Amino acid sequence: MPPASAPAVTRRVPGVGTDAARPDGVPKTRGEFAFSSDLWMDGMLWGKTLRSPHVSARVLLVDASAARAMPGVRAVLTAADVPGRQTYGLEVPDQPVFASDVVRYHGEPIAAVAAEHPETARAAAEAIKVVYEPVDPVVDAELALDAPPLHPDGNLFRHLAIRHGDPGASGDVVVEGRYEVGMQDQAFMGPESGLAVPAEDGGVDLYIATQWLHVDRDQIAASLGMPAERVRLHLAGVGGAFGGREDVSLQIHLCLLALSTGRPVKMVYSRDESFFGHVHRHPATMWFRHHASRDGRLVKVEARIVLDGGAYLSSSNAVVSNAACFAPGPYKVPNAVIDGYAVRTNNPPCGAMRGFGAVQVCYGHEAQMDRLADALGIDRVELRLRNALERFDRLVTGQVLTGAVPVRECIAAALAHPLPPPLSPSDPVLARPGGAGLTADHDDVRRGVGVAVSLKNVAYSEGFDDYATARVRLEAGVGGEPAATVFAATAEVGQGFVTIAQQIVREELGVADVALAPAGTTGIGSAGSSSASRQTWMSGGAIQLACARLRRQLLARAAGRWGCGGGSVEWDAGEALRAETGERLSLAELLTEGPVEAEQEYHHPPTKALDAEGQGDAHLAVMVAAHRAVVDVDPGLGLVRVVQVTTGQDVGRALNPTQITGQIEGGIAQGIGLAVMEEIVLDQGRVRNPSFTDYLIPTTLDMPAVSATLVEQPEPGAPYGAKGVGEPPTISSGPAVLAAIRDATGLPVTRAPVRPEDIALSDREV
Amino acid sequence: MSRDAPYEAVDRYELEVNGAVHPVEGAWLGETLLYVLRERLGLSGAKNACEQGECGSCSVLLDDEVVCACCVLAVDAVGSSVETVEGLTASGAAAGIQAALLGAGGVQCGFCTPGFVVAVYDLLRRSPDADELQVREALSGNLCRCTGYGRILEAVRMASEGSPRAAG
Repeated sequence: MPPASAPAVTRRVPGVGTDAARPDGVPKTRGEFAFSSDLWMDGMLWGKTLRSPHVSARVLLVDASAARAMPGVRAVLTAADVPGRQTYGLEVPDQPVFASDVVRYHGEPIAAVAAEHPETARAAAEAIKVVYEPVDPVVDAELALDAPPLHPDGNLFRHLAIRHGDPGASGDVVVEGRYEVGMQDQAFMGPESGLAVPAEDGGVDLYIATQWLHVDRDQIAASLGMPAERVRLHLAGVGGAFGGREDVSLQIHLCLLALSTGRPVKMVYSRDESFFGHVHRHPATMWFRHHASRDGRLVKVEARIVLDGGAYLSSSNAVVSNAACFAPGPYKVPNAVIDGYAVRTNNPPCGAMRGFGAVQVCYGHEAQMDRLADALGIDRVELRLRNALERFDRLVTGQVLTGAVPVRECIAAALAHPLPPPLSPSDPVLARPGGAGLTADHDDVRRGVGVAVSLKNVAYSEGFDDYATARVRLEAGVGGEPAATVFAATAEVGQGFVTIAQQIVREELGVADVALAPAGTTGIGSAGSSSASRQTWMSGGAIQLACARLRRQLLARAAGRWGCGGGSVEWDAGEALRAETGERLSLAELLTEGPVEAEQEYHHPPTKALDAEGQGDAHLAVMVAAHRAVVDVDPGLGLVRVVQVTTGQDVGRALNPTQITGQIEGGIAQGIGLAVMEEIVLDQGRVRNPSFTDYLIPTTLDMPAVSATLVEQPEPGAPYGAKGVGEPPTISSGPAVLAAIRDATGLPVTRAPVRPEDIALSDREV
Repeated sequence: MSRDAPYEAVDRYELEVNGAVHPVEGAWLGETLLYVLRERLGLSGAKNACEQGECGSCSVLLDDEVVCACCVLAVDAVGSSVETVEGLTASGAAAGIQAALLGAGGVQCGFCTPGFVVAVYDLLRRSPDADELQVREALSGNLCRCTGYGRILEAVRMASEGSPRAAG
């Protein structure tokens, strides 16, 4: 209620809901932004890792004497040189810093070298003599369940059983299927890299590209045998992440080398080493049986999901939880019998990747919905609409969904975009499946359309105390104009959190000038990980709360100046307003007394553990997305071209529509990649394609036109009503592509990625 | 910066980069143009994403042709003229493209961005009227993992049309 006597003259500073520009955008386009691989220091050494060429072996001998004697080599470190904890891990420290007696996967680190030149370091690593006794690897997750333990912790990471409703229920119509998903790589552009600098206090400063500074720090400190405060992490420019930087890779090695040599050490993985240096998306084998009534209502979903976690735990426990909880997809399912297993094998370790467990099961539940629709004689979309989850429905974990669940709205939005024109004989060959290579004849090309829908949780689940910390300082800047600085350990990995952080401060305080202090572990608490689509909600929430505390401090200042009670002062249009007199004090006037600063932790409302039946309110909130894919397929050649993807995505509220569009298009690219081209090919555990020559990710010619509609239903309890947006585009886009291939070919197509032989050599008559 | 070479080093050579002659001393013959630019000349705009010519992150102009700097030995660039994203930035030649990338939302993590700036600059000066498929083909050697290319292609449209949004 603005007073009549003193109309507000404050400029409106655009806040949330606008297409604010990235603060790091200009240096990134000019090549001036410092990524972790761009760092250097006078006198620095270069690090290099020696990795196992074997999948499974006993290590009989590691002799580094020849390497240590090479000119220019300053350190060669093995397991014997780890002063603290010999192992690390996100949830349980089950992974050796350096393998010493047993090698459990192809590429496991054995030693690390520091030398004056990267080529010297590489040659020295090669000169380390290691005698292995190869052991037959266990590379099949089903077999690993019954195999002798590959690790003292055993081979079963987690079995999550969900029993919901009446497990004995059955439906009039039953469809059953088996599905497979291959191992996908995050394939971020900026390889793992960092610079470790020994400090005068005996500690170390590490400049590093990561997703979660504080959890890295704690793992590094444990292995260095050093108090956490002497291990100071600083976020260096991050060239993409997508889950692949949530686990430790070279962090501990780098710090050990720097402390051992007393010199700064830089390490940059080559692309092939990057494929060995981080966890991947879990391959999955899945069985589903869906029961429905004649009128097309789901009665029961049964599923058995086996995720291959590879040699070490990483975040497998949380990934399999998502896979089991979201196995039915975004549908009302009164009865469920679901078993999710995450299993240790001698394959490369798997952990976080965008979509985190929800991606794999989406290939299963969406193929099942198509099968069920066909068996019932109901339109595939209609079946989904008929069973769509709504607000106040229950998940199969028994949790009532109290937030927005716009399944129908997302489907409608995806379908509302016009379909592309048919392929014309006059279209350039590049527009056909196979493009400029083995180009399909126009007459052989068949078009297909598929729809898929998905559901996933935001932030961390199952009782984890998920929080983020932020501090905001407000002071008189240049010319006395108010200037804000945000301190947070939030990892900007490309997603645009830095933009959102500025928008929130502008929204809350009306300050145009908002700077972000460099992110690090010193002087600020954890922000949690830039994963699980959580930072807008979590770190955004912390910044919003810190700004609210600043406003209260400023109002107290104003009340002091006016000599009135705090109760009669309010915040209005970026100024303090004394309601009874209409007097105003601008921010600039209030800041003449000096800066104000406030720090806040934001904890999301607590979630609960799942009980023995897999029941419990384990999730904070869910995000929905629907995708429609159009493909052209040459069934004879097995070639697929994705022509168009349209989507409706549940975003809660769009805080920066352009950035969301970028997340959607980029996420769909990764979804399409998994659907038709991306797979780490393993031969008895050996990685066969660790390069961008052999591991293909979509190019400009592979990516179709994308049309997106943002479905805005503000989420109760979320800052500004905004949900996360990063993961949903990657979940159902790929399953929509597979549905479209099935539509085009009539083939079952139960495996992602779809390989040419899966189509061309399928024994099913087309 | 430590620059000792592992094997016998070349005494000295000179590289012409962004119009200036840079002496390179004590380098190993096996060093790529990308390594020398980044680690000896301090020009880190060209990026090291795959180092085998697959991703375009290290795109530079060598005698006016786009090359992957990771696939060129630095000594083979002696006598040639090298132009990097830093050079295109300093001259203002890529200003419209850089502004369009920002305006369209074509920058996320930014690791591929300098390579795209060089590739788009080369495309638009050679084929200012390229249609969408031609643009896609021309840029298919530049990988981006964040954007799905949608905003980058939009930026190319804006830059080629000299849109006011791209002019700044």
